[in-house]
Amino acid sequence: MRNKVTMTVDGLEISVPAGTTVLDACLDNGIYIPNLCHLDGMEHPPASCRLCLVEVDGMRGPVTSCTLAAVDGMVVHTNTDEVRELQKLAFRMLVSCNQGNCRVCMANKRCDLQQIAKFLHLPLRTKQMRHIPKDVPEVLTDHPCIVYEPNKCVLCGRCVYVCERRGNPFSLSFANRGFNTIVTFFGSEAEGVEDACRDCRACVDICPVGALSFADERERHLRLVEAGKGRRKAG
Amino acid sequence: MNDTAYAAERQPDPEEEQVLAVIETEIPALPRDEHQLIPSLQGIQNRHGYLPRGGLVMVARHFGLPASKVYGVATFYNQFRFNPPGRHPIKVCLGTACHVRGGDIVLENFERKLGIVEGETTADREFSLERVACVGCCALAPVVLVGEKVEAHVTPSKVEGVVTQVEIENEMAVRAAEREEQCHGKTD
Ligand code: SF4
Ligand code: SF4
Ligand code: FES
Ligand code: FES
Repeated sequence: MRNKVTMTVDGLEISVPAGTTVLDACLDNGIYIPNLCHLDGMEHPPASCRLCLVEVDGMRGPVTSCTLAAVDGMVVHTNTDEVRELQKLAFRMLVSCNQGNCRVCMANKRCDLQQIAKFLHLPLRTKQMRHIPKDVPEVLTDHPCIVYEPNKCVLCGRCVYVCERRGNPFSLSFANRGFNTIVTFFGSEAEGVEDACRDCRACVDICPVGALSFADERERHLRLVEAGKGRRKAG
Repeated sequence: MNDTAYAAERQPDPEEEQVLAVIETEIPALPRDEHQLIPSLQGIQNRHGYLPRGGLVMVARHFGLPASKVYGVATFYNQFRFNPPGRHPIKVCLGTACHVRGGDIVLENFERKLGIVEGETTADREFSLERVACVGCCALAPVVLVGEKVEAHVTPSKVEGVVTQVEIENEMAVRAAEREEQCHGKTD
């Protein structure tokens, strides 16, 4: 059996296998910490979303829990004022260059962004910052069967990470820079990609928001939403 | 097809076919070390003026990398071009001085007039459009470079003028050529 470490989170004592990150330790024990860019087992977490902050006794200032290994005797606080302030700031920045229509989105009600908004008591549109959506088309259809919606994307990098680990000859990547950073399917027109991706689905399934979807499933979904709207109007 | 660096609608382009044929012969001489990826891309751009889509794919195959990674690297840097330079490259200055004097509006004017966006080239390869940082004559802001020529205090009407000027010059060249031909025809 692996060594266990015991630590205190928000006054609660929890035990986890040594080597677990503080983020995973909390999530596994039902203590929610907002997070977008982390995936279980990542060797080098990008720590780019800056949402998973916690305070630890003896450490200066809030730290990202996805990069912090749980240590015996650690005392962690997930809900201090400073943590919440920084989380709110990070979230506002995120949605300031984000734009989606939840009503028609396939991820509606199972979207991490909605969940985090609710958790932090923030709206999905912030009035405190200028809204700067990406200067790219609303919908990108480079891929033979997967659709990408850049303005829903939170650039968490999960899709790029899982796709790389599939070891398919084709792989997703980030492209551009700054505000215009997107995920790219460049090269996916190559032979065999469509079939491989239909079998794989990894990126579509891991996306925490609704930025990736299979074109046919999205079509069907949009038709259903429209039909539902029609029915409501008629009824 | 619509990645953002390459124009959405791509017509078959015989000039590009030629470039690709040359690039194909250059590929085997490239190193295989991943660290040499950027210098290799720079080399292609230096020789051909831009990185054609097909060229990126060939480079990726040579380095054993997914094409998307090479595309990602190339689009990260400002120095790479994805469209051939036009015969009249238009560079709109968006340095601080030009920016505050409405350089972005000038850029927009060109985009509308030429029907392309910044970074693209017109289908006839007459014009390419890009933004540059301060070109060193802020007193003349907003500034546009047409080829090597500096256009000062650019206004929307001047944008029209720049494009029309080139069109007139081309038209005159065509007519001159026609006259030439007619004269030759007579003397024969
Ligand atoms: S479906 Fe799989 S192989 Fe295809 S892009 Fe997504 S993660 Fe990569
Ligand atoms: S497409 Fe989804 S998984 Fe990929 S970076 Fe954007 S939000 Fe993350
Ligand atoms: S989950 Fe830790 S920074 Fe994103
Ligand atoms: S900012 Fe345009 S010339 Fe200096």
